[in-house]
Parts: sequence; structure tokens; C-alpha cells
Amino acid sequence: MKPPPFAYHAPTTLDEALQLMAEHGYGAKVLAGGQSLIATMNFRLAAPAVLIDLNKIPELSIIQPTAEGGALVGAMTRHVQVEQSELIARTAPLLHATMPHIAHPQIRNRGTFGGSIAHADPAAELPAFLRAVRGQVLAQSRRGQRWIDADDFFIGLFSTALEPDEIVTAVRLPAMPARSGWSMQELSRRHGDFALVAVEALLTLDADGACDDVRLAFCGVGEGPVLATAAAAVLQGQRPTAEVIEAAAAIAASDDVDPHSDVHATSAYRRHLVDVLAKRALTAACARAAGEEV
Amino acid sequence: MNQIMKISVTVNGVLYERSVEPRLLLSDFIRHELGLTGTHVGCEHGVCGACTILFDGAAVRSCLMFAVQADAHEIVTVEGLSPDPQHLDALQEAFWEAHGLQCGFCTPGFLMTLKPFLAQNPDPSDEEIREAISGNLCRCTGYEHIVDAVKLAAAKMKESSS
Repeated sequence: MKPPPFAYHAPTTLDEALQLMAEHGYGAKVLAGGQSLIATMNFRLAAPAVLIDLNKIPELSIIQPTAEGGALVGAMTRHVQVEQSELIARTAPLLHATMPHIAHPQIRNRGTFGGSIAHADPAAELPAFLRAVRGQVLAQSRRGQRWIDADDFFIGLFSTALEPDEIVTAVRLPAMPARSGWSMQELSRRHGDFALVAVEALLTLDADGACDDVRLAFCGVGEGPVLATAAAAVLQGQRPTAEVIEAAAAIAASDDVDPHSDVHATSAYRRHLVDVLAKRALTAACARAAGEEV
Repeated sequence: MNQIMKISVTVNGVLYERSVEPRLLLSDFIRHELGLTGTHVGCEHGVCGACTILFDGAAVRSCLMFAVQADAHEIVTVEGLSPDPQHLDALQEAFWEAHGLQCGFCTPGFLMTLKPFLAQNPDPSDEEIREAISGNLCRCTGYEHIVDAVKLAAAKMKESSS
């Protein structure tokens, strides 16, 4: 349980980090909080030749309001900073509700927002959150920078649209739409453990009280964060009665997800959880969108 | 590839200067280079919490950091809790009195997790305590006595501050 040798670089500016990424490309790994990377290195599941440690670049650790009423979160912002941010609590209540579910306090003290997004663990909450709210990821390299929509960023198991020389430097969260409601539901064996299944929901009600733009994203049930498009289609344009919500949750479980079985839970059990948690999330999100206290 | 780096780290108020390989885990640095064996190593992949230390005041797992990352930073280990060799910290005393440990292997991690927790939340509920220790495994106590110990420590700390 000792990590293999690597060449270590700790740049103090982003420019320097991007230069190192351009030089070392495929052989390099970015060290952010290290809460997943160092564990996999200890197991020798990962053996990067070069580590580029971003912990000495203060400009990557920020939480700022955006002109559109959302928030910009720097990639090296620790989970605990996001959890305790008043700006996040105000502008991104779904994220505020999600943060306490991410691992344990010791991990949240060290783990980073951008690290979790870039790692793209299919059981992690933040990738599902980012898809639910249509967040965007800022990828930078020596060649330039680009914003990547969350829907295009996560492409598979621990896989993202990042090029080998790109670093995630920030994440942009849109403002909460008018008449919108949100909910986060999770089941894990122990508080802070990886979710067996979790769901992140954000939806809007139109002037007549019918569902518009339903975003329901799951973690723990696929190769990445799974967007429940079939369930959203059931709800679209419908008033969210208990029957409609029940039907949408059932479709989410039958059509939108294809969960695997592992030592933690069977596929059938995960499917059952998708149904139950989707129902709870949709009910709570609709109530919030209608202005009710939840 | 034998890169060796010079680091200076303050541990329990003492400044240490050492030369280390980048791959040396902070937990191994503390135990093997500094001889501070109070920090225990259980799983070495961030699950058990036995190696928890304070890094710039925040509880973190020392097995998920490299020693080179501690350069110019401040660390407190379990050895730094008590004010002097004759006395225990109030939290340690409470663990002793309330039977918050049996074999004691996990205890340093629990103490270092709970020290900042109680400083931030001096009057925690049972649920808050259980959430705070969710990242620490104990295979002896069943956690009941640990929760009792935390409540006793909170009471002791309140008494001594009033």
C-alpha cells in the first residue's frame, strides 16, 4: 500500500501548470485534493509518471457570483468551502443540500470541487448535480480555453471530454430559473459513504402549473451520471399529480437506468431505489416550485 | 527518478526539516521520519480514519496526502493534544472515563476528528456527533461509548470555560 514513484511538480501559477500539462500530456495526472487519486495510487491502480499538484495555485480556489445570478466555483475550492458558502446556499440551494452527502468531514476538508468533477466517479454526487442544473466546466490548456456543458463533459466510466493537456479550472452554475424547485435524495449504507443511488432533481413549473424542463440525474446506476430523459418526457407539460409523478418514477427505473450489481447492491435493488428516490425527489421539487415549504 | 525534496513542516509546534521522496505518504512521514507513532495507519486508502491529523487546523487523512505537500504547513498529531505529559486533554479524559475505547487503535483518529468538531460545535446533538465520526471506523466499541465520551467532553469543556 505504497504509491509508486513519480516526478512531482507543484506549480505556483496556472500558466506554469498548463505548461507542465503541455509537456507531459498523457503521462501526467493532476493532483487536486488527492482523495481519490492518492487512494488509487496507494493500491497501485494508478501509476502516473508525473504528478502536477495544483494546491499552490490560490487563484483556483474561489467562489464568485456571476452576472447571470449564478455562481462560479474554482476547481481547487475545497468541498468544505462550498458546503459553508453563503453565496452557494443562496444561489445554488440544490448544491448546498448535496454537499453534506459527499464523503466524510475529513475528506471534505481536503477534496476539491473540480477534482470530483474531473474524476467523474459514477457513484459521486457532483457529476449528477452538474447535469441536473446544466452546469458548465471550464477546461484550460496552453492552446486556449473552452466551456463544456455538463451533458457533453461526462462521457463514460471515469471518463470526460478533457484532452490530455487540459485542466478543469472552474465550474459555472447557472442561476435557479424562476418557478423552479429542486430536491436531492440519496441512500447510502452509512452517512458519507458512496451512494447506492442518489438523485438530483431540478424542474420548473409553467404559469399553468404544468411541468416544464425537468432535469433528473442519477448517480450509482451507470457508467456516469445518468440523465433520466424518459421520465422527464412523461412529466413534460403535465401537472405534477401524484399519479403522474408515480408514472415518471416508474419509467425512470425501467427505461432510464441500467444499474449494475456489485457487492453493495443488486441491480434490481438499485432499480427499486431509483423508483423510490425519484418519486420523493419529484414530489419535493414540485412542491418547492409551487412555493411550498418542504 | 529518485527525486528528493527538502521540506520543513511544523508538527505539534516543532519545526522539522527533512529530505523526502515525493511518493512518501504524510502518514509514513509522521510515523517513520518523525517517530510520532501515535498517528495510526489502518487502511491506507482513506476509509478507516485512523490516520486523521490536523492540517492547518482541519481534520484530514494523512494517508491521502504526500509529505511534500505539507511543506511550510502546520500539523497537529495526537501527541500534540495534551498540554503536558502529566495531563490529558479534556477530550482524551472523556474517552478514558466513558470507555470510549477498547483496543485503542482507532482512538487517535477519533480524537483528531473530534477536536476541531467540538471547537466548532461545543454542544452537539447525538446525530451531529454520529455524522462527525462517520468517517472513522471502530471495531470494538460499537460507537455507543464513543458518542457518550464526546458528550462528556462537551460538558467538561463547557464547565472549564464557564
